[in-house]
Amino acid sequence: MTAAFIIDLIRHITRGNKLYYAWLSVLGLVIAAGAAAYFGQADKGLIVTNMRDQVSWGFYISNFTFLVGVAAAAVMLVIPSYIYHFKPIKEIVLFGEMIAVMAVTMCIMLVVADMGKPMYAWHIMMHPNFPSSLLVWDVIVLNGYLVINLSAVSYVLYRAAHGKEYKMSIMWPIVLLSIPWAFSIHTVTAFLYNGLSSRPFWNASIVAPRFIASALCSGPALMILVFQIARKVSEVEISNEAIQKIAELIAYAMGLNLFLYAAEIFKEFYSRSIHLAPMEYLFFGLSKDGTLHNVLVPFTWIALICNVTAFVIFLMPGLRHKFTTMNVACVMVLIGVYIEKGMGLIIPGFIPDTLGEIYDYLPSATELIVTAGIWAVGALIYTLMIKTAIPIYKGELSLVPKEQRRKIPAH
Amino acid sequence: MRHKLIVAAALALFVIAAGIASAEDALPKLTTTTPPFTEGIFPCTACHASMPPNKEKRTLSFHTEIQLKHGDNWCLNCHDAANRDMLHMANGDLIPFEKLYQVCGQCHGNIYRDWKIGIHGKRVGYWNGDKTYYLCVNCHDPHSPKFKPLKPLPVPAGPKEIMKIKGTVPVVIEDKKLYVPEYDK
Amino acid sequence: MKRRDFIKSVAIGLGGLLIPADKSDASLWETFFQKYFREMTPEEKKNIAKRLEKEYKEKTGVSINIKTNEALPGVKYGYGLDLSRCIGCRRCVYACVTENNLSRKPQVQYITVLEFKNGEKWVSDLEESKKYYKHDEVPAPGHFYMPVQCQQCDNPPCVKVCPTKATWKEPDGIVVVDYNWCIGCRYCMAACPYGARKFNWAEPTVPPEQFNPNTHYLGNRPKFNGHVEKCTFCIQRTRENPGRYPACVEICPVGARKFGNLLDPESEISQCIEKKRVFRLKEELNTNPSFYYFFSL
Repeated sequence: MTAAFIIDLIRHITRGNKLYYAWLSVLGLVIAAGAAAYFGQADKGLIVTNMRDQVSWGFYISNFTFLVGVAAAAVMLVIPSYIYHFKPIKEIVLFGEMIAVMAVTMCIMLVVADMGKPMYAWHIMMHPNFPSSLLVWDVIVLNGYLVINLSAVSYVLYRAAHGKEYKMSIMWPIVLLSIPWAFSIHTVTAFLYNGLSSRPFWNASIVAPRFIASALCSGPALMILVFQIARKVSEVEISNEAIQKIAELIAYAMGLNLFLYAAEIFKEFYSRSIHLAPMEYLFFGLSKDGTLHNVLVPFTWIALICNVTAFVIFLMPGLRHKFTTMNVACVMVLIGVYIEKGMGLIIPGFIPDTLGEIYDYLPSATELIVTAGIWAVGALIYTLMIKTAIPIYKGELSLVPKEQRRKIPAH
Repeated sequence: MRHKLIVAAALALFVIAAGIASAEDALPKLTTTTPPFTEGIFPCTACHASMPPNKEKRTLSFHTEIQLKHGDNWCLNCHDAANRDMLHMANGDLIPFEKLYQVCGQCHGNIYRDWKIGIHGKRVGYWNGDKTYYLCVNCHDPHSPKFKPLKPLPVPAGPKEIMKIKGTVPVVIEDKKLYVPEYDK
Repeated sequence: MKRRDFIKSVAIGLGGLLIPADKSDASLWETFFQKYFREMTPEEKKNIAKRLEKEYKEKTGVSINIKTNEALPGVKYGYGLDLSRCIGCRRCVYACVTENNLSRKPQVQYITVLEFKNGEKWVSDLEESKKYYKHDEVPAPGHFYMPVQCQQCDNPPCVKVCPTKATWKEPDGIVVVDYNWCIGCRYCMAACPYGARKFNWAEPTVPPEQFNPNTHYLGNRPKFNGHVEKCTFCIQRTRENPGRYPACVEICPVGARKFGNLLDPESEISQCIEKKRVFRLKEELNTNPSFYYFFSL
């Protein structure tokens, strides 16, 4: 039975139209390039990145931080679907949980890519500095979140493969655990930076709330886009109502995000203490010894403009209900939050460094290629998950013997 | 009874004395370096013994390499006219060159105090054992005590240059070999 | 890239993931499964040191000694730096590089000498500092200097954040790193307020004939790619009875650097604290360094 299922599964995964094969080959190429770049890095050391003692975390950790937000956002679907039984969302919650699985997997890969001696990562298990080190907390919550979402997804699919609905008695504990856990991955990651008194830019209490607010923008925005692509290229049914509900939630989250951001900008620029320097570096550039250091300035303004414009679009029902404008807004949210919660958060923590030095960091080619490879792995994981889930839902892929099958209503 | 008391007292005394002796042995030895005389200049009496002392403040026709830039002093404020191999205190007490810090300390009392307890000046050797004090004149030219500027060692490599290094070259400072970088142009 | 070359580079990469090349299989597994230093018995420590000595000898032909001795009882090291005296000559920087076998390429230095203009703001965030000052002679008129290195905090943020406990504070106050136990996550570098922790971004190199053979496991032993290291108050010199002063203290041409036992009221450092008004860098962060700055003038 299981063997037949696996053969069926492989047949489903390997079958597709030209677009599907093109997509897979592009992902394959990017992954191969990323792997080659990573092996180069493993051989020569992190010297092939542009990170240095002055800016000791860079593009990897920036992407990691952004993706933790994306992962946490699955909760935006879990709450309305399981707690309030909002039907349109309930039908797609599985795809949200899959996004969480994808994002957390990418997070773990990015952290591994950033480590100087990844093959010794098992040392964390031998002598975890718990509860003192927030990094140990992060390892626990991220892996836990991965397990929770994987079990939710596998359980629902397992039941569906038997032609049955999931049992709420089993789903409840998973759901109840996953909601606080989603907030915890973001809070813990925020605290990871927040707890460092050596870095005034991060050492502000508003960091964790801002993390959550922006996570609730970027994750759903990504979901809206992915869902539309998914329903266009596959038989999956996702209602407009569900998408509109998510868009409405983004409006609230972005409002909160911008408010918290404004509070931080006001405090820094009005009081103008010496700790203004990182903020000044972001928005205007910092002058030192006659040199203006401003490599991040264009990105900061792009992010701000994107976030504000997207907020306006999401806020106005007329614009939000139109798919073209809403999609533009989603892309803007992704760009805005990607910059703000990525490089815009990590790099200024190191500028000026603790001894007052300014090093203009931008990622090296290796960092870009490795990161692209990891994104491609994420996309591949998601594609394969969808490719597995849809036929199961449609009853084409089943653990039930052929003669006993009946077509269950598609979700 | 009395005998016992005496024995006990003697024993106690012996133990205390032994304790003091061993404590003194354990004290780190504080030695000083020697004054950095120009070669062949000391003992001064080699020349001065046959010269009648001239106590008049004047421009010397010998020792012309000495630029006296030390307050309003002149030679015989510190050097002794009668015994050229010695220095003297303001009250006339003779002081050997090895103990010149007593002469310096007359004016620079605070610094002398700091030097004695290790705050001013330089010590080398063992932090918990024998250490050598540098004398005032090992660092300061007594005739012109202000520090002379030094050539600094190479600038560190910036974050973009940490691999742009040709090699290392030795630089000898106070008999110690230090390795400094040579950068790619 | 040719297919063959590609496969080769992948193979090398995969190998590099696990192990440095040019090591025998046995030694390689021993390195990979090497225990946490604080868990080793004295016997095990000695054996590991022997193995590392042998490895270095095989690689370079040079004999070195790797000590594993523990902290001296009744000692807590303290350091003083007289800002009135420092002239910014950077001799301490290179005495340290030489003594501690710091990588020449890529360049690693434990001491950073900062230059400030008289009257500029400087103490808290050091934002007006100049690290790359170039002068024919120092001190440059109108400037003063402040060298910064590991402050051996009593409340060290680096130790707090390390996920694997690869860095810790010894009973004598020195914050040390087990290079083999470090995973290279660099969280400690983000946490350190003094820029004191340095990462080996590539395989460190020291010409064998320049290698200081007197080493300590927790200090200047041979280092490798991908781990963090830092100033240890020259643990290989100071943790002896009698123990020599750190290299930076002995090279300083103006006697600005003071070192000794904080628990001994007669030590130079205790006397500095007693007689001078001292301050510690970034006191507002409550890291409680064992490193005291003071002004003698």
